[in-house]
Amino acid sequence: MVYLLRVLCMLAFVVLAPFVGGLLSGLDRKLSARMQGRIGPHVLQPFYDLYKLLQKQILVVNRYQVMLLLSFLVMVVGTGALFFGGFDLLLVFFVLTTASMFFVLAATVTNSPYAELGAQRELIQMLSYEPMILLTAVGFFMANGSFKGVDAFTADLPAIVKLPGVFIGLVFVLTIKLRKSPFDLSTSHHAHQELVKGVTTEFSGALMGVVELAHLYETVFLLGLVSLFFISSAWWSIPLALAGALLVWFIEVLIDNTSARVKWNQMLSSAWIITAVLGGGNLLVLEIIRMLS
Amino acid sequence: MPTISKSPWMMHYDGSSCNGCDIEVLACLTPLYDIERFGVINTGDPRQADILLITGGVNYHNESVVKQIYEQMPTPKVVVAVGICACSGGVFKDCYNIKGGVDTTIPVDIYVPGCAARPESIIDGVLQAVELLARKQTEAESATAAEGEAQ
Ligand code: SF4
Repeated sequence: MVYLLRVLCMLAFVVLAPFVGGLLSGLDRKLSARMQGRIGPHVLQPFYDLYKLLQKQILVVNRYQVMLLLSFLVMVVGTGALFFGGFDLLLVFFVLTTASMFFVLAATVTNSPYAELGAQRELIQMLSYEPMILLTAVGFFMANGSFKGVDAFTADLPAIVKLPGVFIGLVFVLTIKLRKSPFDLSTSHHAHQELVKGVTTEFSGALMGVVELAHLYETVFLLGLVSLFFISSAWWSIPLALAGALLVWFIEVLIDNTSARVKWNQMLSSAWIITAVLGGGNLLVLEIIRMLS
Repeated sequence: MPTISKSPWMMHYDGSSCNGCDIEVLACLTPLYDIERFGVINTGDPRQADILLITGGVNYHNESVVKQIYEQMPTPKVVVAVGICACSGGVFKDCYNIKGGVDTTIPVDIYVPGCAARPESIIDGVLQAVELLARKQTEAESATAAEGEAQ
């Protein structure tokens, strides 16, 4: 029964995530526009954009680009599918890192100075958020006694009760992963950009469509990760998890609209300090409590 | 159905403008005019742009740049010349370094006159460009369909 449910969850992610992600992205743009006093585009705009991109002419700069970007997409979909299937979080995060590597490689093979600089920044971004992502996996292990996502459903209490520091740390690095200001260094959806389009500069037409699609999958996966903090064996934890993920999403949009881009060293140091203090501190306290009891 | 008309991404290049028209182009993005409500994104990347918007005339120095940007854009694409300088050279027409309007270098589809061009007329020009884009996309589609039948 549980196995069937897990397989169904995986399938649901693969099929539904682009729609959920697209709708969230459309609401994001509408909300951002409202925060800036504008009307903003249609809520379905991300779907229009994606549809157009997939139909537009592709100018291939380097033929490996296509293979690398498709691998990136497959890996991102795989990350989310493994996560929603309730598999080992460490495995999920390693697949996610592999996906990012394919993305960076796809940018560097183009030999474009802008894409290369963007790719270097993408690597620095990875350096900034990876420690926190790993600590999150360790945190879940300490809270639920298992690395498996599915075991959260048998816990007495939602993980956030034991992991408030890890949760705040994760929300902090989520800004980097969702490509939001102030950490949208490698590429940005906004007009304010200084690297042409950074890491995605040389991706045209359907190739850019693949990147956008992967981003939709990624958004849903990351919000799923946030909601895992609220899951417990009680039935009410599921609506709570949905509400928690939506609240975090709203906070990310708010941060995006109220902050200016920072330099890479500020991003790296702030992310690591937050990781060490909130993430590391939280785990330390958990360990001390465990030893005392 | 032409999909491009719902998602026209625009790239803005400043030829030899006095900056008057550039400010007006940026004004189109502000809350008062909000061109994004038509799905327009002001992108900096020719590879992802559908509309090339040029302000100011072309000079001998940036001639190759304008050509390169145009060639880097995937088809279908439309060029909009904004301001009288971009249309014909304007007040700078007889300057020693000015080649003339944008159409001396690349084919221009839409001319938006004015000095400086008003945001209203720029938006009007962009929307006409969107219609033209849709027409170009349909034509390209029917051309490929006809080719497919001929084979
Ligand atoms: S048309 Fe007028 S405002 Fe525009 S660039 Fe030329 S001189 Fe400046």
